[in-house]
Amino acid sequence: MNTRHPGLNLGAHHGAADDAAEVEIFGFWVFMMSDAVLFGLLMATYVSFLGATHGGPGPQTLFDLRSITVQTVLLLTSSLTMGLAQLAMKHEEGTRRIVVWLLVSLGLGGAFLALEMHDFLSMIDKGGVPQASGFLSAYWALVPLHGLHVASAGLWMLAILGQMAWYGVDDGVKTGLLRLGVLWHFLDVVWIGIFTIVFVGGLA
Amino acid sequence: MTPDILLGRLDASALPWHEITEAENRLQLLSGIVGLAAALLAVVAALAVAAILTRRRGWGPLWRDWATSLDHKKIGIMYVVVAFAMLARGVAEAAVMRLQQALGADGGGILTPDHFGQLFSTHGTIMIFFVAMPFLTGLINFVMPMQIGARDVSFPLLNSVSLGLTVAGAALVMISLVIQPFSTGGWSGYPPFTEISFQPGAGPDYWIWAVTLSSLGSTLSGINFTVTIYKERCEGMRLMRMPMFCWTSLCTSILMIFAMPPLTVATGLLALDRYLGFHVFTNDGGGNVMLFANLFWLFGHPEVYILILPAFGVWSEVFSTFSGKGIYGYFTLVLATMCIAVLSFTVWVHHFFTMGQSADLNAVFGIATMTISIPTGVKIYDWMLTMYRGRVRITVPMVYAVGFLFLFVLGGMSGVLLANPSIDFQVHNTLFLVAHFHNMLIPGTLFGMIAGYTLWFPKAFGFRLDDRWGYRAAGLWIVGFILAFFPLYLLGLMGMPRRLVGFFEEGWLPLTLAALAGAGCIVLAVIALGVQLAVSIRRREALAVPVGDPWDGRSLEWALPAPAPEWNFPTDPVVNGRDAFMQLKRQGGHLDRPEGGFGDIRVPRESAIGPIVAVAGTAAGFALTWYIWWLAALSVAVIVGAMIARGFVRDAWRTIPAATVEAHWTAWRALADATPRVRRSDELRPANRGHAVPAAEERST
Repeated sequence: MNTRHPGLNLGAHHGAADDAAEVEIFGFWVFMMSDAVLFGLLMATYVSFLGATHGGPGPQTLFDLRSITVQTVLLLTSSLTMGLAQLAMKHEEGTRRIVVWLLVSLGLGGAFLALEMHDFLSMIDKGGVPQASGFLSAYWALVPLHGLHVASAGLWMLAILGQMAWYGVDDGVKTGLLRLGVLWHFLDVVWIGIFTIVFVGGLA
Repeated sequence: MTPDILLGRLDASALPWHEITEAENRLQLLSGIVGLAAALLAVVAALAVAAILTRRRGWGPLWRDWATSLDHKKIGIMYVVVAFAMLARGVAEAAVMRLQQALGADGGGILTPDHFGQLFSTHGTIMIFFVAMPFLTGLINFVMPMQIGARDVSFPLLNSVSLGLTVAGAALVMISLVIQPFSTGGWSGYPPFTEISFQPGAGPDYWIWAVTLSSLGSTLSGINFTVTIYKERCEGMRLMRMPMFCWTSLCTSILMIFAMPPLTVATGLLALDRYLGFHVFTNDGGGNVMLFANLFWLFGHPEVYILILPAFGVWSEVFSTFSGKGIYGYFTLVLATMCIAVLSFTVWVHHFFTMGQSADLNAVFGIATMTISIPTGVKIYDWMLTMYRGRVRITVPMVYAVGFLFLFVLGGMSGVLLANPSIDFQVHNTLFLVAHFHNMLIPGTLFGMIAGYTLWFPKAFGFRLDDRWGYRAAGLWIVGFILAFFPLYLLGLMGMPRRLVGFFEEGWLPLTLAALAGAGCIVLAVIALGVQLAVSIRRREALAVPVGDPWDGRSLEWALPAPAPEWNFPTDPVVNGRDAFMQLKRQGGHLDRPEGGFGDIRVPRESAIGPIVAVAGTAAGFALTWYIWWLAALSVAVIVGAMIARGFVRDAWRTIPAATVEAHWTAWRALADATPRVRRSDELRPANRGHAVPAAEERST
């Protein structure tokens, strides 16, 4: 029963954390699958509401593709740095390196959120509030939910950093970081969907 | 009115006697009295439980041994307790509604339309989300890990959190009985009727948060069970060797993972509409009402199979155990289960055939719907052939099972009728539909759950349920069901709409009276179940089955003492084929000392997170319903804070020393040696101490 599955698996020398990893990561992927249904349905809602602008502002007036592209780059890069943090853990390259890469990921995620906030505010300035139309309601139900996920993932990362300060890189921290990584990469996948469907699709 | 900072929009009009003080005529007064009586009943019941707990010094044990326990068996039992408590209310409401419809000729009766609307909304919500779901989740929780030879579910703490979320949802619905009103939008909560412009009050918000909390709990349970079945099976327990109940649990759990999120999306978007003025499901502003129908039934139809599949699993165990035979057509049953699970996602549009989509689309979904009758039919034949040439014992679960076979086929056939869009247009929104789905869910799900409760009760508590009261309850359920719902088919064909508070058609009266008599029988059936429990507890010495195998069971849970110890198996079991315990019994090996000796066993330590989630979840739902923002923020902060704090916990496990396990096993082994084995013909007598003579052996002697 030693089948492996997607995710950064620990090695046998990680002891109990390695045994726990299989079930915990698998469980977390299953959780992500149900979360994917959530985002998928909201994306479908958005697509079916594309025409429902009800005389309010549409994608052409509201979306700033340049800012969105920068956000995309920030978020995808944070996935890379999260991967580097996990590799540092897997190859036991020292706590400092893990912490540095995690902080870089957190910074990139924070920059993404800041930029997204800026976009939201400028949308509101242009009358792009959720109450304006079905189209905007669908937009505001989907995109901020992703942002909320990113913010929660950031909070979780802070909690894990706190555990590292308290206990060092112990089994709990290891499996916690593996799961956080799954969430982090998953949110990138979702963002690629949002980038394509909401922004590129909306402007097309 | 500007909401109060402290109490939000909660004021005196929410109190249960408000309808009475405001009453302008006799009907409103009567309706108010019914509402007040129900509220009082709820409060008195809660106070009585609290008083009994205080008098018997039960709070400590309740907290230590139950509320904070992460043992899957205890969590399962608590789920079933929730289900039974809510069943009592759901049935009482049904009886009041039947009374109203019987008295409602010429527009009379005892309920105002608004009160009646709240009744059918809570009845549906309760029966689906707080009776059927907790019941089946409880049974799976209790049975499935033992059947696959596991110590626990994969995520014991998550299990407790799921229970906490379900309890929070149930608590909200109970609170709405006292702090009124509830939604009048039906259990499916269709907008625009549940939008703020039609129902500005608290009702739909109660519904939204109760349903959202419980559906989050169900999603997490589905994840937990799926991972458990994939990852925690003991050595040799291949997928195709699992008992049928595990297969149906697996398929139900997968359905939960994928079907509950659409509900969360639907209730979440409805909340955004109501709270923040979004235009998702509104009539104006570019909203689209049909989207709700699609989202809701994208959940709602698979939900039907989430409810029915575990019962199918129970039936497989019941028919096989009480026929003294292995299940007939195991492979086809597995295949049929998987087919049903997949097809359940392909039929949701049949819930709104009449809402204006094209005839072609209706035809596609009509045919897809009818297709489900094929695997279901396969199952029916497999169960009948399991009884064929078996030694059938008509025990209480078998009474339910045989009743199920007949009634469920009838309900299924009315479903095939409804799947034809042109017929659906004729009987749309009539009592025909109400008869159909009750015909599926009462003999299907509820009978299955009660049969499972009867079957596994001795494993949970160490004594059997009294069978005389069991037969009485079963008879009353079956007769009551037939009387209550067969008239509704006719009434539906005669054009009587569902959810009707009063009518002026004299011809409907005799059949509504018959249905009322049926509802009376069902109330008696529930009372009989209560009496059965009380009688069984009093006679528990005579009914005790400590050795743990009262029915000549076939799967691994029967290899354990009754009640099973916290750690389930003294050592990891090894399985060589299907009907694992039956095989062991045939080889005479199930009582042997474990070859490798005993070892230390790790079990999850108690945790307060589940109860914290239950309390904070209830508070959050209540606060959001009444716009008490400070409480909502506080409750969410408590939940998030508890989760973060939990991440810092490191000693989440405790060890049960090998010596304890060995002592427990040795004592049980000695008891088994001293306990005479009992033939199947004597299994309902006090002689049955849980040490069965296998049916196969009995035949040869």
